[in-house]
Amino acid sequence: MKLLSPEWTALLYLVAAVCFILALKGLSSPKHARRGNLIGATGALIAIVTVFLSIHVENFLLIIAAIAVGTAIAVPIARKVQMTQMPQLVGGFNGVGGGAAALVAVLELGQHEDIGFRIAVVFTMLIGAISFSGSAITVLKLQELMTTRPVLFPGLRWIMSLAVLASIVSGVFVVISGNWVWAVALLVLGLIVGVLLVLPVGGADVPIVISLLNAFTGIAVAASGIVLGNVLLLVAGTLVGASGTILTMAMAKAMGRGVTGILFGAFKGGSTAGSTTVSDRPVRSSTPEDVAVQLGYAQNVVIVPGYGLAVAQGQHTIAELATTLEERGVHVVFGIHPVAGRMPGHMNVLLAEANVPYESLKELDEVNSEFKSTDVVLVVGANDVVNPAAKSTPGSPIYGMPILEVGDANQIVFLKRSMRPGFAGIENELLYDPKTELLFGDAKDSLGAVLAAVKAL
Amino acid sequence: MEPMEAVVLLTYTVLAIFVGFEVVSKVTSKLHTPLMSGANAIHGIILVGAIIVASETTDPWLLTVAIIAVVLATANVVGGFVVTDRMLEMFRSKKPAKSSAPAESATAEVAK
Repeated sequence: MKLLSPEWTALLYLVAAVCFILALKGLSSPKHARRGNLIGATGALIAIVTVFLSIHVENFLLIIAAIAVGTAIAVPIARKVQMTQMPQLVGGFNGVGGGAAALVAVLELGQHEDIGFRIAVVFTMLIGAISFSGSAITVLKLQELMTTRPVLFPGLRWIMSLAVLASIVSGVFVVISGNWVWAVALLVLGLIVGVLLVLPVGGADVPIVISLLNAFTGIAVAASGIVLGNVLLLVAGTLVGASGTILTMAMAKAMGRGVTGILFGAFKGGSTAGSTTVSDRPVRSSTPEDVAVQLGYAQNVVIVPGYGLAVAQGQHTIAELATTLEERGVHVVFGIHPVAGRMPGHMNVLLAEANVPYESLKELDEVNSEFKSTDVVLVVGANDVVNPAAKSTPGSPIYGMPILEVGDANQIVFLKRSMRPGFAGIENELLYDPKTELLFGDAKDSLGAVLAAVKAL
Repeated sequence: MEPMEAVVLLTYTVLAIFVGFEVVSKVTSKLHTPLMSGANAIHGIILVGAIIVASETTDPWLLTVAIIAVVLATANVVGGFVVTDRMLEMFRSKKPAKSSAPAESATAEVAK
């Protein structure tokens, strides 16, 4: 049914595009974020109704059935997924979006003979396919269905170069001939490039790759907007491409490394492989009771949570500890490093799930100025993000990474599983500092013991 | 593609890049995870493209591919918005949280 004139269609697409911008704008504060997201969802709904009313639709029932199937698959997953598994889910949804863009482009190939059009088709197919297979590998890595260590084999660089070259060649042939066979070859090569791109990336760096692939899918969708002559796809895709790019750069900066270094580091053998050297220098170990006294009689406490906390499922216990301390009149905030967790901002989500109010979640810059007036810092399951080697040791792999400067505080308590160094495999001088105490054990158990001891004070 | 048409599309793209950078650089780093999943949901609007290609073909093979694209894109857009909403719902302010937090964390402990 062509119920809508092209003018009305364009206007309604404009409304949808504005809704998407408002959705992103809402995220500037947790207060309006949820409403923004609902506006974004409304925009998507408007766009989908508009497309049905603006073109002559063959296969209407089949399309509706496909939408029902997609919804039936996605909604239960989105509702049930655990917050610790969020990176996998975002990676997965990202991959299917990229795959959809590639398929849309390949189906449009026969529509025009124009060179510019075909270049857009080739671009969408290639980027979409890379995003699809790359995301699939990241999901496998994060879900630990395959090794999280960098996968390297001799000749990887050559195979990668060959695959890139072959995709460029087949892309050129598609542009010249518009031939389906070349198009399918291009799709397959794109999938191979995506796999080869992500395989050598170490587990700790996978989140950056997800962010980058998110930008890729955005760019693929934008290019598909050129293919279909659809301004909404162009604008929405470009927005996502821009946001993915910013996030990728912000994350790389928070890790003190370049994006290319992360992607191609493993090719040169410089990836975060991690070592297991354990030093035998003496440290001061503590008991839950001592830690409880330190915390319970302090004025200002900063908690620095790392991914170890989430692995131990200790978010709820630490939230209760913070509430209990607040009830005693202790001022408690959480100092959160941008790359704490498995994706940017992940730790904030995990603590929000445990009912920690968002005012207590402090960003790196906010909290670094507070450490000087902090009595006790409680570091739970974090290591590299508080390691002073990032500032003091130029040769260190984490040198240049912004850290939480917990060394400025009066006392430091580390809850650690063992003396094993973190992901980057670097010793942390702070552990041997005279004002540092260590409480060994599983993060959740230790927190539970400290909580009980605080309550008994 | 007409040259003028191409220039118009280029204009949209450049303006959207600037809007994107401007809006996203104001997003608080606390909400970077919802930002990723929200942006993710937005690119699921490729569903519009999938519907267009699915409704202009009658060839069974091409239609099959197009229908797969519709399913994938739907999963992207619907799942993306649902999971973002779920995350943002959890971000609560101090005032309402004070009355409910102890009770809820208690039930969470019991649930385990």
